[in-house]
Amino acid sequence: MIPLSYYLVLSGILFTCGVLGFLIKRNIITIFMSIELMLNGVNLSFVAFAAHWHALSGQVFVFFVMVVAAAEAAVGLAIIIAVYRTRETLNVDQVNLLKL
Amino acid sequence: MLHLILFLFFGAICVAGAINLLVQSHPINSALSLIVVMASLAAEYLLLGAEFVAAVQVIVYAGAIMVLFLITIMLLNAGKEERTNGSRVATLLGVPGVVVGAVLVAWTLIHRSDMGSVSIGALPGEPKDIARLLFHDFLLPFEVTSVLILIAIMGAVVLASRPDAVARPHPTAPVRHEEHELVAAGKDHE
Amino acid sequence: MTPQTLSPLLSILPILPLAGAAINGFFGRQSSKKTISAVALFFCGAAFAVALVVAFSFSSADAPYSFPLAHWIRSGSFSVDFEFYLDQLSLVMLLVVTGVGFLIHIYSVGYMWDDDGFYRFMSYLNLFMFFMLTLILAKNYLVMFIGWEGVGLASYLLIGFWFTKDSAASAGKKAFITNRVGDFGFLIALFLMIKHFHSLDFTKVFEQVHTWPTEAAGVGTLTAIGLLLMVGAAGKSAQIPLYVWLPDAMEGPTPVSALIHAATMVTAGVYMVARSHVIFEHAPNAMLVVAIIGTLTALFAATIGIAQTDIKKVLAYSTVSQLGYMFMACGVAAFSAGIFHLMTHAFFKGLLFLAAGSVIHGVGGEQDMRKMGGLRTYMPWTFLTMSIATFAIAGFPPLAGFFSKDEILWKAYSSEYGSWVFWLIGVTTAFITSFYMFRLWFMTFFGDYRGATAPDTHGHSDHGHGHDHGHDPHESPWVMLGPLVVLAFLSVVGGWVGIGGRFEHFLAPVFQSGGEIAAETGEAASKVTEYILMGISVAAAVLGFLLAWTLYISRPQLPARIAESLGGLYKAVSNKYYIDELYAILFIKPVIDGSTDILWHGVDQGAIDATVNNTATAARHVSDEVRHMQSGNLRSYAGWVAAGGALVIAYMVWMGVR
Repeated sequence: MIPLSYYLVLSGILFTCGVLGFLIKRNIITIFMSIELMLNGVNLSFVAFAAHWHALSGQVFVFFVMVVAAAEAAVGLAIIIAVYRTRETLNVDQVNLLKL
Repeated sequence: MLHLILFLFFGAICVAGAINLLVQSHPINSALSLIVVMASLAAEYLLLGAEFVAAVQVIVYAGAIMVLFLITIMLLNAGKEERTNGSRVATLLGVPGVVVGAVLVAWTLIHRSDMGSVSIGALPGEPKDIARLLFHDFLLPFEVTSVLILIAIMGAVVLASRPDAVARPHPTAPVRHEEHELVAAGKDHE
Repeated sequence: MTPQTLSPLLSILPILPLAGAAINGFFGRQSSKKTISAVALFFCGAAFAVALVVAFSFSSADAPYSFPLAHWIRSGSFSVDFEFYLDQLSLVMLLVVTGVGFLIHIYSVGYMWDDDGFYRFMSYLNLFMFFMLTLILAKNYLVMFIGWEGVGLASYLLIGFWFTKDSAASAGKKAFITNRVGDFGFLIALFLMIKHFHSLDFTKVFEQVHTWPTEAAGVGTLTAIGLLLMVGAAGKSAQIPLYVWLPDAMEGPTPVSALIHAATMVTAGVYMVARSHVIFEHAPNAMLVVAIIGTLTALFAATIGIAQTDIKKVLAYSTVSQLGYMFMACGVAAFSAGIFHLMTHAFFKGLLFLAAGSVIHGVGGEQDMRKMGGLRTYMPWTFLTMSIATFAIAGFPPLAGFFSKDEILWKAYSSEYGSWVFWLIGVTTAFITSFYMFRLWFMTFFGDYRGATAPDTHGHSDHGHGHDHGHDPHESPWVMLGPLVVLAFLSVVGGWVGIGGRFEHFLAPVFQSGGEIAAETGEAASKVTEYILMGISVAAAVLGFLLAWTLYISRPQLPARIAESLGGLYKAVSNKYYIDELYAILFIKPVIDGSTDILWHGVDQGAIDATVNNTATAARHVSDEVRHMQSGNLRSYAGWVAAGGALVIAYMVWMGVR
């Protein structure tokens, strides 16, 4: 028996690491992986709450989150490949054509 | 007691992997750290009693998505990150902001004493029940997600394909038309 | 005829000249001069004919008549409507205005025939008639004010008729603005009336004023209203201190001077004061001020008239002086005497101006009297008519001016509001009037012709002459002489309606209290005084004639020597006592400077423009700074999102903790 808040704190730590990775890292793929980390943190939170309230729909939601994460990863990586082809770099600081 | 030890053990591995992801400069190392995180998360799910989710986590996330990441990293020959000066805003404003937010949330969570607790393997139900929920109550989202995946596939194919592999409007477009018709006619003949 | 039949006549009376003005104004440019003059004369003549019909069917027993035309303002308990009012006073004014106006229209056809703006002139003349008739026939102060403003507008348009000339345009502006200053006083008086009497209708206001006590001792609301009305009248009728526009108004064509600045518009102030006699009788201090202003103006303007060399300027100052007489009369509660003088003055002053116009026309545009002379042989009819007018204005019996001026002088002496001071100044002014009028007469018509006989004298002020004369002065055509003859006839007989107090008796129902005051003075003992005073004023007129004879006929070298010996005094008088320059320094320059520095540079450019421009500049600067957020850098966007997310989390935590 451990308090639910422990799980939530862990989930929070994972999420925070994900955001930090997004902010700090320069490689686009690493940034994408940070996004996946964020999503995983959220998944943990969902399952923890599902366990707390004995509701199975939390798990189902995790399912959907994973599906969406997969789709997003696929498309995102495709975009990265396309960007790499034109810009020849994976450094996100150099993909700034939208600069005013 | 056991629950706590196991939780802390796997939690530590999780956090270590996450921090390693941040610290490493080569993306391959970051990807491998992420796999470690996912595996430990699967263990956490097992602790909570969500066996199905744990299995799916390993199969889909660690098995498929991370493989995709690795393929892309190897395809693009991503090397060590160079040090470029990024955005001052991100480091000066974003990092403290995130840290502050996390601290606040953590503080809130820890100080609330009425949140209750979770026992080991608390989640009820077998995959049969999950399947019932999935195909019965959540049928529509299920179907929609399948459409979503289809769209994702198509998008990925189009976005990532080589520029000359995509059908471009040719100057001799009318000829192509006739070609199509000939081919179609040829098909009919056969 | 009953009021019912009079009503439609009166309703269309002002509309007729308005129609003429509109037709000539819109279509005059493409019409022939014959058409234009036919239209203008038709409508003005029709107005005169209607006025005659109204006069014949007027019966004192049924007077006064009221004719409501239309609703105008209905605001709570305050209402003002378009209503016309006909009593003896408005009837007299009506006949004078339409009659003299019609004669001057005929004259103008001849005088302005060669001008390019002929259609404009006739249109403006008709427009003026419309406004003047509205003023006279109004039943309440607000409709009168419409007419008041309208005649000011027409005056501006007509003074500045030759608007390409700087002096004419400025004179028009000066007239309008000076009028406006007077109108300000008039308006404040109206506001006071609205506040205290809740109405602007003549009958209603005067009813209420009757219930107020006479403010003999000090200053009260009625005195204030009276004084403010006098300010308005001073502006319109060119009294001190707002007379400065009238001499400049001579820039307009001579028919304009005759109609507007002699016979009709400038008398509107007198009419208004006479109409408001109830207010003045209940505020003796205001009436005293009216009398003082009138008397001083009469003397002051007469002294300036002595030294003028432009024939029209002499007549202008004479007009100011004679108007002073009318106000003196009103100031001693002799309102009917003032109106009597108004009527006779319209005849002889109108005649004087028209004849002066004929003279100017005849000598090819020259207006300086020093360049005239001996014209009686060249222009006999003009000479004859102008002489009648000169003798009339000097006050020689039995011409019109004698009766009316004498009536005023007698009332100034004998009325319970009058005093011998007014009378003395009045007689002195009569002497001076006689002197300068005969000076004008002698200088213009007697002696040798001093003007140039070459054709380069045209192109002076009056531009109505496109044809060169080249040679000697000549008589004017009959279209111009006809009105002169008619007015001369009226100048002779016009005063005879005053014999035996018939005129006063006719107007008595209007000035009931004035009638009472007049009755007080009818005792035997004062009859002797009256005849003595009459004799003194005739003697003054004769003295003026003799002095003018001496200085300008028998000893023509004297005027120059007198002028020299008087030196600075003469210079001051001939420069109109430098009043215009004084006003320029005291009022005009500060206003213009204040407008330029404070209102233009300060408020308009500094505040309003600055606000608008600075708002735009500020917007630009802000966006200049904010645009740095759009850096195209993914991580800075993420940083902003994270910071914002932290804020939201903090807020939620705070809300949850509270």
